[in-house]
Amino acid sequence: MVRRVTISACAGIHDSRGEGIEKDALDLGVKGISKVKVSDVYLFEGDITEADIDRIAKELLTDFVTQEYLIDDMPKDEGHVIEVAYNHGVMDPVEGSIYKALRDMGITSVTGAKTMKRYAIQGNNSVEELELIVDKLLVNKIIQHVAEPGEEAFLHAKPVEGVNRIEIDLLGLDDDGLVNLSRDRFLSLNLEEMRTLRDHYKKMDRNPTDIELETFAQTWSEHCVHKTFRGIINYNGEIIDNLLKQTIVKATRDIDHEMCVSVFEDNAGVIRFDDTDNINFKVETHNFPSSLEPYGGAGTGIGGVIRDVLGTGLGAKPIMNTDIFCFAPPDMPLSDVPPGALHPRRIMKGVVSGVRDYGNRMGIPTSNGSVMFDKRYVGNPIVYCGTLGIMPKECSFKKVSDGDVIVLIGGRTGRDGIHGATLSSTEVTEESETTSSHAVQIGNAIQEKKVTDTLILARDRGLYSALTDCGAGGLSSAVGEMGEHTGAVVDLEKVPLKYAGLQYWEIWVSEAQERMVLAVPPDKVDELLTVFDAEDVEAIVIGTFTGNGTLTLRYHGVTVGEFDCAFLHGGVPRLERTATWERKQYPEPDFPCPSNLGEPLKKILGAWNVCSKEWVVRQYDHEVQGGSVVKPLTGASNDGPSDACVLRPKLGSNRGIAVSNGINPKYGVIDPYYMAMSVIDEALRQITAVGGDIRKTALLDNFAWGNTTIPDRLGDLVRASCGCYDAAVGFGTPFISGKDSLRNEFIYGDQVIRIPSTLLISALSVMEDVTKAVTMDFKAPKHAILVVGLTKDEMGGSHYWDIKGFTGNSVPDVDVDSARKTMIALHETMDKGLVLACHDCSEGGIGVAIAEMAFAGEVGAAVDLTQIPAEPCMRDDHILFSESNSRFIIEVVNEQVVDIMEILNGIPCAKIGTTTNTKQLQVKNANGILIEEDIFELKEAWQKPLRTV
Amino acid sequence: MIKPKALILRTAGTNCDIESAYAAGQAGFEADRIHINRIASGEVSLDKYSFLFIPGGFSYGDDIAAGKIMALELNKRLGDSLFRFEEQGKLVLGVCNGFQILIKTGLLPFHSHNPEKMRATLTDNDSGKFEDRWVHLAAEPDTVCVFTNTIKPVIELPVAHGEGKFIVRSQDDMKELEDNGQIVLRYVTNNGGTPSYPEDPNGSMGHVAGVCNKRGTIFGLMPHPERFLHRTNHPRWTRQNMPEHGDGTAFFKNAFEYCAKM
Repeated sequence: MVRRVTISACAGIHDSRGEGIEKDALDLGVKGISKVKVSDVYLFEGDITEADIDRIAKELLTDFVTQEYLIDDMPKDEGHVIEVAYNHGVMDPVEGSIYKALRDMGITSVTGAKTMKRYAIQGNNSVEELELIVDKLLVNKIIQHVAEPGEEAFLHAKPVEGVNRIEIDLLGLDDDGLVNLSRDRFLSLNLEEMRTLRDHYKKMDRNPTDIELETFAQTWSEHCVHKTFRGIINYNGEIIDNLLKQTIVKATRDIDHEMCVSVFEDNAGVIRFDDTDNINFKVETHNFPSSLEPYGGAGTGIGGVIRDVLGTGLGAKPIMNTDIFCFAPPDMPLSDVPPGALHPRRIMKGVVSGVRDYGNRMGIPTSNGSVMFDKRYVGNPIVYCGTLGIMPKECSFKKVSDGDVIVLIGGRTGRDGIHGATLSSTEVTEESETTSSHAVQIGNAIQEKKVTDTLILARDRGLYSALTDCGAGGLSSAVGEMGEHTGAVVDLEKVPLKYAGLQYWEIWVSEAQERMVLAVPPDKVDELLTVFDAEDVEAIVIGTFTGNGTLTLRYHGVTVGEFDCAFLHGGVPRLERTATWERKQYPEPDFPCPSNLGEPLKKILGAWNVCSKEWVVRQYDHEVQGGSVVKPLTGASNDGPSDACVLRPKLGSNRGIAVSNGINPKYGVIDPYYMAMSVIDEALRQITAVGGDIRKTALLDNFAWGNTTIPDRLGDLVRASCGCYDAAVGFGTPFISGKDSLRNEFIYGDQVIRIPSTLLISALSVMEDVTKAVTMDFKAPKHAILVVGLTKDEMGGSHYWDIKGFTGNSVPDVDVDSARKTMIALHETMDKGLVLACHDCSEGGIGVAIAEMAFAGEVGAAVDLTQIPAEPCMRDDHILFSESNSRFIIEVVNEQVVDIMEILNGIPCAKIGTTTNTKQLQVKNANGILIEEDIFELKEAWQKPLRTV
Repeated sequence: MIKPKALILRTAGTNCDIESAYAAGQAGFEADRIHINRIASGEVSLDKYSFLFIPGGFSYGDDIAAGKIMALELNKRLGDSLFRFEEQGKLVLGVCNGFQILIKTGLLPFHSHNPEKMRATLTDNDSGKFEDRWVHLAAEPDTVCVFTNTIKPVIELPVAHGEGKFIVRSQDDMKELEDNGQIVLRYVTNNGGTPSYPEDPNGSMGHVAGVCNKRGTIFGLMPHPERFLHRTNHPRWTRQNMPEHGDGTAFFKNAFEYCAKM
């Protein structure tokens, strides 16, 4: 029997959830709602006595100061009432916590528990308006539905009986048949790959089983093997054999930096931190699930990258997260949102709260990030999640040995996330919402937190020899990769399930979250299992790494799949693709230089990409672990935009790390080569600006691209990769890890929306002494303001052109040699303690940089434009808003200007003004005043757009 | 001298235990991070310790309500030893989630374990969301709290929570706490004045940020003293001269002085 408890707020208690929905409805254009009341509903299954349900309501569910409860009866709520439940098979993390509490209470009669949300909407709204609210705000059909009265809340799937080993006819298929099979089973394998498989099985004179086909689909997916980057590309007639090796990896090899420990080999790149510890860093994309279910998609995105860091070497303790998002503008009219796509505002709120809830629960500070907006991200948002970890240096490598036992730890396996790896290797379409629901997962951060805590305990006791995370492809990828050189045998029925009814192949490819696979020497197994059991983490032996080079999958003793590891991992045919690129010409604007530059300055400050992201930043815990040094927001009122974050991962030491990111898709639209150069320069500028040294800095690359089976998209990728090589080698900063996502297009009807080619560069720098860190806020009046670096007439892709409605062509170049000298010299001035404030010039150029320094420090500034080192004959507005690379604004005590100039000898640099006690930003040229603005009004222009979302 | 021992209590979702142990260790304690299962099973005895520190985090995901499930667990699995701990005048500190747990056990502030008779709670911030920011705090002049007797008139600490709004059922309840010296810290403006949002980050009644039991030995607060031990933790350390130790240090020094005399 099902018992029900409804928990509602007492009269007079503030209902912030209801208030939030009222506000969201207004944003949707629905007026006339007078009140929304939100209640929590708990359903319990079992033979539950009155006394037990009464105890559950009183001792567990109700806070008697603020809430009241109702058992079994339906509350008499006013207005339109709906109740929203999770779909069957969607994991509800609260269930596990309820069982735990019931155990502690000694209640054993409950066999099932579920939660629902109940909404009572009062007001005079039409049926259509209510439907809009339900559809756009309350229910995401991918994971939820409106619960009908009397619907069966608890469904119990029957266990799979017997072993139904299924063979798929492959040998008899022609080309059409192969293509159809790949499509119908969501394999995402192309004809060439299907033929290779068919020929492979022909040689063995048998058909594959279903699980074998699924395993090849996972192992050979773009997501897992990066076929495009490693394939053969014909680029404008030139043959590139393995773009990754020719550019990104080559840069690292050519630089051969002494701080690199493990690069491009493991789940994350590893560099040296100090004498005893190493740092690792990985950034992932999680776009596809985030477009469908932003909250769960983003949460599992961060959960996945945390496991990458946990699964590097013998495991690292996560110390920091980064998050970079690309959305369509939140004010996009509903009518512009294509069918099948969620509104960008909803995506943004969902993604931010998903990252917030997962990252905060994991106790990892989210200290760096950014948010970019462009309408072409509608339907296909980009969600980059990064994690850094620290580990004892002797834990930096793993090795699976023959005979090691395979232990699966963490969450249980369900049908969630099946085909995530293969689906993320295709485009999103308007039907994705319905066809892909099984690919979406909801994370359970506490499960992952438990796994993290216990893994570190087991690591420090030396109880395992290798580990990796279950990510895309689930066990098939994790066990497959670990056993690549040894072979393995797995007994699939041993895998603990969330619910009955899974087929054996589903168990093998499920992407259920919060699981890790360990290789454990046989004599350590008992002790290892005890460590996990002591903290309530499930750990199960599921097989052995055999040493025979064969991967064998068994289900209840029957062999359901058998692979030659060499073919499984080496048999995928090389992709051959064509790439083309030619430079497009965009119209150039033609308007006279305005006499008042205050107006365009405020417009740029209020542009979506420039404006304050405090609304996002404040929702992330960036203080947990106690080592924050330079926070994401800084200044007199803690609200100015820091260039990079600095933290101390070891509390007893002043050694630290600085982390930054560079991203600018606007440049890529003109030329991806210069985008790559510019964003590497940007990431390194930001490291320099907080006191970091680019000579102790490593880079990560993340490519989020359109569909690279189309030659012009692939041409963009080649251009950007070449830019990455030239800049990385020029600066001497190696790549240590990276990831690509190469199918980011949204298709509806005959329309295709291609995202702008988006390269994210993350930079990680080791700082010897964090007490030398510098922040970007002006510190006090009467100090000298200096510009470092040359300003050029490079307006293409700039925000100044953007607010005028133009893209232009003169995208900023990087003079890498001079840029490197500038950054090293500037670091020396900061190391000597000569710099009070430093900010890099990026979007909006010198104008925005100085304005931000002034309002962050709440100190005025007076600047003479004619003093700025610039190319000859530049217009004033261009000097102020050009986005030329490798430039900084610094604040210096007047007496030390000479010392600074001496260190910066040979680098374009000039004193351009002073800080003032006027609370005004004043910019003049030879003829008079160009800008005279109150700094608090500038701050308001910058804060207003995203103050509330 | 034998160092007083601090037990940093861990469970599923605890996430401030390492820096909390560091804070206790810096103050002089011998600090152990111990999972609750080891105490419940009898493997580790609370009796060896003089300071129980329940650190921040999201115990059991804060499912149902922040701190609720852990509070139930404490009452059901450690009830007696916790009672003994309190009786002996030993110290208990709950920070953020630890405060939420102490409130929901009923130990703080009115010492009542009957859920229907609860008179105080911590609930959703008025802003409706989790927020991380630095706040100014003032200690009540007549508080009986052991942890705060040497702190400066106005201190700064970070908060990071979504359910930190302290409320009691009635004005009488608040008066009782005030009369007993159980109100320990209130959110204030930077010069000690009456705050509004976001100086008071959650809309607490009377702007209360921390409360203690009648003896002053059990103390819970939403802000995080363990996150301000070093001057570079302060959000404006690059703007002003700061002492080497942060404002959070005094809380643990006071606890150590007290325990060392026990």
